[in-house]
Amino acid sequence: MATFGNLSDRLAETFKNLRTKGKLSAADVDGTVREIRRALLDADVALDVVKQFTSHVRERALGDEVNKALNPAQQVVQIVNEELVSILGGQQRRLQFAKNPPTVIMLAGLQGAGKTTLAGKLAKWLVKEGHTPMLVASDLQRPNAVNQLQVVGGQAGVPVYAPEPGNGVGDPVKVAKDGVAQAQRAQHDVVIIDTAGRLGVDAEMMKQAANIRKATNPDEVLFVIDAMIGQDAVTTAKAFQDGVDFTGVVLSKLDGDARGGAALSVASVTGRPIIFASTGEGLDDFEPFHPDRMASRILDL
Amino acid sequence: FGAKTIDEDTWDDLEAALIRADFGPAVTEEIVDAIKAQVERYKTTDPKDVQRMLREIVEERLAKYDPTLKLTERPAVVLVVGVNGVGKTTTIGKFARFLRTYDRSVVVGAADTFRAAAVEQLATWAGRAGVEIVRPEREGQDPASVAFQTVDRAKREGIEIVIIDTAGRLHTKGGLMDELGKIRRVVEKQAPVSEVLLVLDATTGQNGLAQAEAFIEHGGVTGLVLTKLDGSAKGGFVLAVQEKTGLPIKLIGQGEGINDLTGFTPHVFAQKLVG
Ligand SMILES: Nc1nc2c(ncn2[C@@H]2O[C@H](COP(=O)(O)OP(=O)(O)OP(=O)(O)O)[C@@H](O)[C@H]2O)c(=O)[nH]1
Ligand SMILES: Nc1nc2c(ncn2[C@@H]2O[C@H](COP(=O)(O)OP(=O)(O)OP(=O)(O)O)[C@@H](O)[C@H]2O)c(=O)[nH]1
Ligand SMILES: [K+]
Ligand SMILES: [Mg+2]
Ligand SMILES: [Mg+2]
Repeated sequence: MATFGNLSDRLAETFKNLRTKGKLSAADVDGTVREIRRALLDADVALDVVKQFTSHVRERALGDEVNKALNPAQQVVQIVNEELVSILGGQQRRLQFAKNPPTVIMLAGLQGAGKTTLAGKLAKWLVKEGHTPMLVASDLQRPNAVNQLQVVGGQAGVPVYAPEPGNGVGDPVKVAKDGVAQAQRAQHDVVIIDTAGRLGVDAEMMKQAANIRKATNPDEVLFVIDAMIGQDAVTTAKAFQDGVDFTGVVLSKLDGDARGGAALSVASVTGRPIIFASTGEGLDDFEPFHPDRMASRILDL
Repeated sequence: FGAKTIDEDTWDDLEAALIRADFGPAVTEEIVDAIKAQVERYKTTDPKDVQRMLREIVEERLAKYDPTLKLTERPAVVLVVGVNGVGKTTTIGKFARFLRTYDRSVVVGAADTFRAAAVEQLATWAGRAGVEIVRPEREGQDPASVAFQTVDRAKREGIEIVIIDTAGRLHTKGGLMDELGKIRRVVEKQAPVSEVLLVLDATTGQNGLAQAEAFIEHGGVTGLVLTKLDGSAKGGFVLAVQEKTGLPIKLIGQGEGINDLTGFTPHVFAQKLVG
């Protein structure tokens, strides 16, 4: 899964030039930083994040740790790697479970990001881990979102709470709230709430998401974002942070060849950890997100 | 571009604006260089000229391609393709309605036999648009055979336009891309394919180009549809897509409502893209 393939090639090329030299001059560092900048932009990392990142790297590359290093070029690689890991979240973060079940997990994100599919993936994975999850169909907007969740729930072998037909009929906030109550009654220890896709600029829909959150008091609000997204990642992530305030991020469609700069952008701008990577259409296609692995992959180390 | 005179900040701001609109670093550099050359040639110091030149350059580059849909065959067969979740099925609903308002008869084919409830979703849109739908006869039916049956029905009933929905697929998945080629070949046994529309999501970044290149290779794309332009994403990557592939943008999607589809006007699009 060479998500950051082209970025790492690019950096490798830059570092190859550096490795042939001994000490780094300021001009060397500038040249490298320019290449890193270009590579990150090609990888769709948001411009402001690129600026911040490269200025950090530049500062450190010009400092003593590099000058005194036996192999300055290797030291720069190390610095870039460290900075990437630190932005991507440092330690791997696990899903938070409630002290008193049910644990409530709400999904949110743009249209088509992969929320409903993720609901099925999470459910299937949780079952394997010994949990008894239930899905709640609170997307009453997108045509046949309720049917889709029912099919996905069936594939995962978990019940779906779907009292409303959707397609514009029913109140998603009430369904979410009743869903949690239903889970409590039926003793499901995890509730996953699927919500409609919405744009960051859609104030009314954003308010609805906030209301779902208020009504269900989730332990996790997962912001699902498509790894193919471009510069808009930051604007949208901020809008969701302001609007619903998510607790974690899921990066979807990582099975493609998108370089996935959004991972850096979203983690950097929101400070929220990326918890899962979604890597396909099948319900088994997802895994915990590993910041260190991701950074290593970026650098092709 | 509120400053009094053109200086380093003007160029930094210009570059930032283009990058933020997803033009990508290469196209951004080209455009900035082109404008610098013009500023030099016309010896202007007014930042407003930069703004105007930018709009003109972008509009000119966008206007090089013919956005007209070719739907003169009977039946005219339109295949709709693209990666997962970009808005294919929704676009078909809107497009079918658009064609109905011009009194064309339309049948849609539910050849996404893979994604959960994809057939039902298309059926909902067909109902809203007031057009016929051909569904798979059984679960997981070969998508090419659904496409075949849809064209067959159009020919038997004299329906003018056929629109085939296909499952979302990442352009990197060889097997799924081959399947598109098969759908096309099977349809062509009955009728020429008039349009293959590749749907691209405006939120996409530089990956859009790789998508377009792969779908052209496997699906013989004839035009682009850019969706989700009602959000904060600008979709600047399509400029590079057009120039690398020569494909025109034919339709623009800007919402989840049935009327949120328009044709492509370079002037309007350039205006939205760069202000
Ligand atoms: N290749 C790939 N496809 C995915 C992945 N996750 C989801 N998809 C596909 O992306 C499309 C959209 O997924 P959904 O789960 O419907 O997305 P959503 O966020 O619920 O969409 P809305 O409800 O319309 O906002 C579907 O075709 C899914 O099969 C992934 O990790 N990889
Ligand atoms: N805001 C907005 N949402 C859109 C637009 N077009 C489609 N959508 C939404 O995007 C999501 C995905 O749309 P679909 O039509 O299901 O996309 P698709 O390409 O058919 O998806 P798959 O078949 O799963 O690959 C749905 O929630 C749509 O309502 C648009 O122009 N603007
Ligand atoms: K998307
Ligand atoms: Mg959904
Ligand atoms: Mg579809």
